[in-house]
Amino acid sequence: MRKTLSEKILSEKSGTDVRAGDIVIAPIDLAFVQDTTGPLTIRQFKEVKHGRLANPQRTAIFLDHAIPSPNRELSNDHKFLRRFADETDCLIFEGGSGICHQLVAEIFANPGDIIVGADSHTVTAGGLGAFATGMGSSDIAITFALGKTWFRVPETFKISLSGRFQKWVDAKDLVLHLIGALGADGATYKALEFNGDTVANMTISQRLTVANMAVEAGAKVGIFPSDNVTQRYLAAQGRGNKYRALRPDADADYERSVIVNVSELEPMVAMPHTVDNVAPVNMVAGTKIYQVFIGTCTNGRLEDLAIAAAILKRKKRHPSVRLIVAPASQQILTKAMRIGYIQVLAAAGAVILPPGCAACLGLHQGVLGDKEVCLSTANRNFKGRMGNPEASIYLASPATAAASALTGEITDPRKVT
Amino acid sequence: MPDKILKGKAFKFGDNISTDHIIPGKYAHLRSDLPELAKHVMEDADSTFIKKVKPGDFIVAGRNFGLGSSREHAALVIKMAGVSAILAKSIARIFFRNAINQGLPVLLCDTDKIDAGDKIEVNLTTGVVTDLTNGAKLTFGKIPKVMLDILSQGGLVPYITKHGDFEV
Repeated sequence: MRKTLSEKILSEKSGTDVRAGDIVIAPIDLAFVQDTTGPLTIRQFKEVKHGRLANPQRTAIFLDHAIPSPNRELSNDHKFLRRFADETDCLIFEGGSGICHQLVAEIFANPGDIIVGADSHTVTAGGLGAFATGMGSSDIAITFALGKTWFRVPETFKISLSGRFQKWVDAKDLVLHLIGALGADGATYKALEFNGDTVANMTISQRLTVANMAVEAGAKVGIFPSDNVTQRYLAAQGRGNKYRALRPDADADYERSVIVNVSELEPMVAMPHTVDNVAPVNMVAGTKIYQVFIGTCTNGRLEDLAIAAAILKRKKRHPSVRLIVAPASQQILTKAMRIGYIQVLAAAGAVILPPGCAACLGLHQGVLGDKEVCLSTANRNFKGRMGNPEASIYLASPATAAASALTGEITDPRKVT
Repeated sequence: MPDKILKGKAFKFGDNISTDHIIPGKYAHLRSDLPELAKHVMEDADSTFIKKVKPGDFIVAGRNFGLGSSREHAALVIKMAGVSAILAKSIARIFFRNAINQGLPVLLCDTDKIDAGDKIEVNLTTGVVTDLTNGAKLTFGKIPKVMLDILSQGGLVPYITKHGDFEV
């Protein structure tokens, strides 16, 4: 008893009664890499003597960061990863399938699972009640070989959410507010555990958005309890049998408690060049922008595209703004086409990119020019992040992004709708 | 066993030096050509760093060093530049593990006491940092045993190759 969600999951998986601060070894339900961390991971894996994949069917490679490949070097990295999948029978998701974290949510993550990935936004799966965290290549290489890894059981911050989101205020505004309050290192090594009345009214898409950005406050995981919303999502994804109710104990020990009344939130932005440099949109309204990017593992889901389409319907992007849209997965793209969101966005002048990370990390598909300003629905605005240290990035919700695409300047979505 | 002592010059950096400062995503195409990738280490934080750093030198940073991506290349290119340890007020979680896994010590201490260009001595055995230029003595926080063991083997892959498993 008296356990947080992280203590519960790590105790159960390791078969020992663990508390915050303990070091444990636990088996892993899914270990994965993506195309920019995979090659190093696999070379390290091959260095481990007698290294064989412990669980090929729990080992996955996602080609998502550089797809379709922008150059010869990355094409050769992709070849290397495909060959490894052929040799070992591990799972591989070809370019265009989607962003690793979205596919983990759609296909793999279940409440109580432990998931590790060679990508910092692996925390996203916490939206489904999984203990999911990002690690580097060495850690993932060893997990590939042993099927387990070591963890320090994190202390937990209890994040209690109450109230209902106002119109055009969403999960992104909540998590930006929270990161602003905690600071970019305010939760380093900690678990963020979400509960309170609001959670029951949050969709899985919203929970994934919040969990995704836990790492931007330094957290090891951002985790939600599971409930009938989780159950419905898993059933819709064809794995209703994987649902289990998972809640923290009522008397669990928390290091810190943070209370957010989401009814009081307004649209937020993170200003250049750190994610905790947060302000209400109104503070920077009128800032001229050159590019709007809607997508990523933070905000490239169907609900995000629905919001953008609602704002941009029968309207055009401002002539001086490039609008880039990248759905987070093939499933999302297909649904968005069936419903008509993609048609609306294309008619508004958006460039529709294939499901993947796209412009987020400065590799291709939307690198910024000198002194240019981008408003993005992604999770990071570090100097140089979108390929140019002379450019600036603001982070905001899909609603703020769509509203700003209409006006050519940072705009409160409540002003144009 | 003799004390393990590192000596070199301090290269100072501020707070929130991200993995994009250390090795930006735009160089992802060089990640399978590490010597070429390493030429860009710290480029977006200090483009002269790679020209000035010498084997044994230290990166001395403020809060939250290494935040951002899980790319272990960030720790790897710092090690390839010859840096013997990173001293910072705090270190982002994934970077911390990555550095240890690469056999690169990361030491938490009050780096305000160290000035740019100072000569530094780090005693990994006693946990003391001495600024030989201004005389300041600092202690660094305790590293968990599992990490010390990995560090002493030169990284996680050599550690597992030797032991076959974690020994916790």
